[in-house]
Amino acid sequence: MSDTKMSDNTPDSPERRRFISTATVAAGVTLVPGVMLVEVAQGRPEDQPASSAVRWGMLIDATKCASGCDDCVSACSTENGWTPVAESKHPTQAPQWIRKLELQDPLTQGQTNLPMLCQHCAEPPCVDVCPTGASFKRDDGIVLVNRHICIGCRYCMMACPYKARSLVHEPLNDTQKPDVPRGIGCVEACTFCVQKVDRGDGTTACAEACAKSGNNAILFGDMNDPESEISKRLRELPTKQVRADLNLNLGVRYHGI
Amino acid sequence: MASITFREVEGGSLKYWLLFGGIGLFVLFGFLSYLYMHHHGHVVTGMDNQIVWGLPHVFAVFLIVAASGALNVASIASVFNKPMYKPLAPLSAILALALLAGGLLVLVLDLGRSDRLIVAMTHFNFKSMFTWNVFLYSGFFVLVGIYLWTMLDRNVKAYSKAAGTAAFIWRLTLTTGTGSLFGFLIARQLYGSSMLAPMFIIMSFAYGLAIYLIVLAAAYAWTGRPLGNAVMMRLKTLLAVFVAAVLYFVVVYHLTNLYFAKMGPVEAFILRDGGIFTSLFWVGQILVGNVIPLVILLTGLGKQRSWIMIASALVILGGIVQMYVTIIGAQAYPLDMFPGMTVKSSFYDGVIHSYTPSTPELFLGLGGVAVALLMTTFAVKVLRLLPASLDDTTVAALEH
Repeated sequence: MSDTKMSDNTPDSPERRRFISTATVAAGVTLVPGVMLVEVAQGRPEDQPASSAVRWGMLIDATKCASGCDDCVSACSTENGWTPVAESKHPTQAPQWIRKLELQDPLTQGQTNLPMLCQHCAEPPCVDVCPTGASFKRDDGIVLVNRHICIGCRYCMMACPYKARSLVHEPLNDTQKPDVPRGIGCVEACTFCVQKVDRGDGTTACAEACAKSGNNAILFGDMNDPESEISKRLRELPTKQVRADLNLNLGVRYHGI
Repeated sequence: MASITFREVEGGSLKYWLLFGGIGLFVLFGFLSYLYMHHHGHVVTGMDNQIVWGLPHVFAVFLIVAASGALNVASIASVFNKPMYKPLAPLSAILALALLAGGLLVLVLDLGRSDRLIVAMTHFNFKSMFTWNVFLYSGFFVLVGIYLWTMLDRNVKAYSKAAGTAAFIWRLTLTTGTGSLFGFLIARQLYGSSMLAPMFIIMSFAYGLAIYLIVLAAAYAWTGRPLGNAVMMRLKTLLAVFVAAVLYFVVVYHLTNLYFAKMGPVEAFILRDGGIFTSLFWVGQILVGNVIPLVILLTGLGKQRSWIMIASALVILGGIVQMYVTIIGAQAYPLDMFPGMTVKSSFYDGVIHSYTPSTPELFLGLGGVAVALLMTTFAVKVLRLLPASLDDTTVAALEH
């Protein structure tokens, strides 16, 4: 008895404190999964894998995309360190992760502007055809190229219905960014600014630039979270997928095309 | 059944070494081209982000397709039990191995990261047709190698039919895989068709046999061995049948496409408005590759050996042009992301893409052809692949 009494009076040991705090966190994970989801959507610690609870996506409102504006393209180039095509000595071989398309209906003469980028398909043809598995889709829907095992066969470029991918044709200059690995002979494309997403920025360089220009044509967010801004807007606006006939379930949805 | 004596070619003459050195020079040029492309990157080629597969792929795919076709002569002997073809079989097998090696070499040396070849052999994605092809190529080397062994070694001769049958089934699968590299692509309008697999198989029959005919006739002419008309006439008739079948498949493929409105513009591009591609299709692929050889082979001209050689050369030339139209023509036509709309962008959307092959690309491709020929030239010197005589009496004796 006296032993028990003595232990009651003993201050909490550090081990006991650690146990209690761990147990509390575990209970939090179990009891409030919704809270944890929000945390995943806001940032991702490096030692944790991407979560399929999130699906990153983009809503592009072509009715707001201004003719002649290419702020999204410049922002992508600056963020990811690829040389703008206008500055390239080899324009047909220069990588372009995002570009502006000008569409015109020959009958009505109606014009549409929109940015075209990797559509981050749920069923990506580039991932299907990649012989080494270098093209892959993260659990959160972002389609990437593993630069360590890309052999530069370009089969993914043959397979992509959106012409979203580029081969790095020449040695790279020193504009490379430390968190955006690139390399000669490998294929690359839009990453949905995965470095920003994993930092917890919750947006991409192109979406930020579009908002800054006042056009607000690009909205980025978690399409799996019904309360996210993008999910709300997707419920309100009629949107289309480019080449919907292919049934690839795209991560980029367009309004006004 | 009469027996046939196989003998190595002597290969000590100045003529042999001149031939060997001449072909070797092209192998060297090909290797230098590879080093140049690998050092500078694909920026020194005519390829870009629009035409991503260029002339090296044209040569590589042609050689790979021809490789499986070259095995046909051997298959007719062992699988279909035609005694006349038995003496022709060893050359057929070695040519198949050599052509495949040449084609694969071009393919891997054109990779953006050819230094990572080991990655392609250790990381597999089994949903990729490319991965399947890696196994199909390796299997082909093994099976045809075993088949060749059963033909050359009397101790294992009993297994020749089994090995030949396995190799025959494998070569059909292999060409199905090659055709499906394109057939399994949804993005490009001219691909994404199951027609491509059987069409590539019948094309392989024609291209492989044309190459076989030229190599056989050259080998016998240059070594002074007798090669009778019986063999040549039989093979040239077979070539005519294969070329006609290729023409049939091409006609059906394009007619089917023409029937669908959505395919109208891209078919118009290849068949009418495509400039160089239209010329290459009609003049190169159809006229030079199919029609003229058919006229030669099916008329009195086909009775003369020199005309058979011309027809075979035209089939090969037409085959390379066909690969050019199939691989580059399909990429030259822009992707149709917004049907019915005109599209403009900094990334060349909505415009016909142009392609001018660079010299290193050409020599890399020719280097693959040279590797195949060099391997064959060397093989006939060190192995007993060629019968000492294929005159009409010897051949006639086989069939009785």
